Amino acid sequence: MKAYLGRRYRFSASHRLHSDAFSEEKNREVYGKCNNPFGHGHNYVVDVLLSGQVNGRGMVCDLAELDEFAQREIVERFDVANLNLDSAFENRVPTTENLCKEVFRVFRDGFSEAHLERVRVEETQNNYFEYAG
Amino acid sequence: MVLLTRRTEFSASHFYYDEKLSEAENVRLFGKCANRNGHGHNYTLEVTVAGAVDPVSGFVVDLKRLKDVIEREVVSVYDHRHLNLELPEFKTAMPTTENIAIAIWRRLENKIENAELTRVRVYEMPDLYAEYRGEA
Repeated sequence: MKAYLGRRYRFSASHRLHSDAFSEEKNREVYGKCNNPFGHGHNYVVDVLLSGQVNGRGMVCDLAELDEFAQREIVERFDVANLNLDSAFENRVPTTENLCKEVFRVFRDGFSEAHLERVRVEETQNNYFEYAG
Repeated sequence: MVLLTRRTEFSASHFYYDEKLSEAENVRLFGKCANRNGHGHNYTLEVTVAGAVDPVSGFVVDLKRLKDVIEREVVSVYDHRHLNLELPEFKTAMPTTENIAIAIWRRLENKIENAELTRVRVYEMPDLYAEYRGEA
């Protein structure tokens, strides 16, 4: 039987929203406070939804394996880090939209124990972003 | 078609142990959850139903009646119970979050008037949940 498994992970990171394609004035206009040259931070929550046939142990996938993967590939990479310095954001603005797509890519390419349905990233309690490929 | 979700809670204990495997293998697979004295969670259950909005009442379903069905079919049966030892659906199946979602779906299926059951989501804790949507 097909079921879905959702798991949430947390990390805190800083970023600055700024595009080299815009002038300084345009950056301030588009990104507002988020364009502060010194950056700012968030407590991000990643909500990963996987699906698959429930196995003989009653599980979509092994939770310990999923946690280990997420800890290694997501939490250790992004926790207490500056997103602007991450290789994924060399040429992309580290908006939560782009972060969501990057987290999706990491799970899609690296975790094959279950089907990846979607990734949700909460930037604050009041805004979140989803990507399903 | 409008979706309506009702959230409720129940507290229950469980453990994960496969009698066909050795003690060591169970511990390797399930870690602390293999302790047969059991442990417990405050589960949060979200039941989502879909239906047309009644032009007179403005409801998909009468929320009070939906609440009563969930209480009667699930909460009164699961709350403050040991899932492995007291629930027939877990005599053979492990009471994982996935299997709990499937079992709750089966308990609610065809019991809700005027709306279609579309999703059962069970949170074992705020950071871990499973869903069943009636798929094979």
